[in-house]
Amino acid sequence: MEKRTIDLEQVRYIAHLARLELSLEEEEKFARQLGRILSYVEKLKELDTTNVPPTSHVLPLKNVFREDALGFSLSSKEALSNAPCRKDNWFKVPKIVG
Amino acid sequence: MDSYKVYIGLEVHVELSTQSKFFCGCKTKFGATPNTQVCPVCLGFPGVLPVINKKALEYTIACALALNSKINENSRFARKNYYYPDLPKNFQISQYEEPIATGGWIDIEINGQTKKIGIERVHLEEDAGKLIHGEGEDAEWSFVDCNRAGIPLMEIVSCPEINSPDEAYEYLTILRRILRYLGVSDCNMEEGSLRCDANISLGKAEMGTKTEIKNMNSFKELREGLKVEIQRQANLLKKGEKIIQETRFWDAKKKKTFSMRGKEEAHDYRYFPEPDLLPLYIDDNWTERIKANLPELPQHRFDRFIHEYKLPSYDAGVLTESREIADYFERCVRLFPKPKMVSNWIMGDFMRLIKQEGEVKIKIHPAEVADLLKEVEKGTLSTTLAKEVMEIMFKSGKGVTQIMEEKQLQQITDKKSLEKAAKQVIEENQKAVGDWQKGKSQAIKFLVGQLMKKTKGRANPQLANELIEKKLKELFGASS
Repeated sequence: MEKRTIDLEQVRYIAHLARLELSLEEEEKFARQLGRILSYVEKLKELDTTNVPPTSHVLPLKNVFREDALGFSLSSKEALSNAPCRKDNWFKVPKIVG
Repeated sequence: MDSYKVYIGLEVHVELSTQSKFFCGCKTKFGATPNTQVCPVCLGFPGVLPVINKKALEYTIACALALNSKINENSRFARKNYYYPDLPKNFQISQYEEPIATGGWIDIEINGQTKKIGIERVHLEEDAGKLIHGEGEDAEWSFVDCNRAGIPLMEIVSCPEINSPDEAYEYLTILRRILRYLGVSDCNMEEGSLRCDANISLGKAEMGTKTEIKNMNSFKELREGLKVEIQRQANLLKKGEKIIQETRFWDAKKKKTFSMRGKEEAHDYRYFPEPDLLPLYIDDNWTERIKANLPELPQHRFDRFIHEYKLPSYDAGVLTESREIADYFERCVRLFPKPKMVSNWIMGDFMRLIKQEGEVKIKIHPAEVADLLKEVEKGTLSTTLAKEVMEIMFKSGKGVTQIMEEKQLQQITDKKSLEKAAKQVIEENQKAVGDWQKGKSQAIKFLVGQLMKKTKGRANPQLANELIEKKLKELFGASS
């Protein structure tokens, strides 16, 4: 099994994209864990896929549609009921500009 | 700046006017109370499954065909991952490597010359929610309305073949006209159903580093924003500085572009095939069926108006600017087959009245316009009076005959009553009569004018002229 590693820089970059704040210990821990996960997935490379077309879905189906018709919607009260913060009918979130 | 060539590519986003959203049955109505057109699917609740709205797809195919694009038999959706509060799922369902259509072009008119602008791709994605930023006591907060989240959004990407802000303006104008003709979107920039981002670079032999400009919210701002950004890049290049590839934000008040994010925050969207949606297979049969149902497109209609109705190109341009007006014109011409006369009426007062109403909603039935023009042609209504009638028609929705009766607007064609009035005019205007006797033929015009005034414009002008002349001769014998 090929061994893959992830360095701390990569962990920080991924955490940033996911807007996660990690402690130094967590960065170390996740670097180790992510490396192990990747190494495990590398195992798939052992399969010969020369004659297998790239697949994004396991079902041999295409074109599943619905007609353009109105259906079920939530009330704004329901929609906002789990929001940690709200104001009137709006979800309230920390400001991010730019 | 002269030594640089400008390369502009436009990314146009169009909210499709389907009744329901792209992947769920929520309404798409603009301006509703925040978060009242939402459901577990468009709010990105765990465990929900999106299902494609067929109409959104067909609208996109129709647009792609109108833009001469090639419909790809196989296409699929992809997840574009990024974190932003207006994106409930933390990813946007979009298309990446296999869009619905690729290639194509539209013709624009620039300095009297036709220029082809290439289209790179047409794809379909979902819109994000609306974000407003708090002020005052809410300065630390932003507010999210997810009514817009999940509305089908078509993206049309042009090739970087637009070489000036004016060309960009023209491109967007032509594109919007096509989209409106197709009826797939109301393309309202103020309401955000049409949005436009631009990629700009300056170069000598080849394109230089590009910047992306966002937030140009009207046609005017697009032209202004591009001009300002071109100038900014030109100044940097002149000083020997490098252009940084980045996204910049147009500030319409300050008339400047500002850097939106630092380089270290460059987006890494980690696209991958959308597992919840099955691939699309659009065969020729389907494409042909949609093609057969396309309406006549603006350019074709413009050409046809010139040939079929022998209209000047100016008229054809004004009339085909919107499909509603063009349709209306043709319905009127069918009932009153004098195209140029119909065109004059529609382009003149008619357009003015429509613009006053603020929307292209024509309340008058074409048959009424035909009736009105018939009266003008018969001479029972003078042009001035006909304009008045038209205005009343617009306001009241009443028919021509009814208005004419109510307002007693018919021209006075009754000789007897006109003769009486003509006699009075002559008695009241002895100076003019004197002039006429001295051989000044101009005096007749003045007297006819007085007669028109006396009858509040209702006298038939020809008859008025005739009667004044006749009366003068009767009273004073032949003159000049």
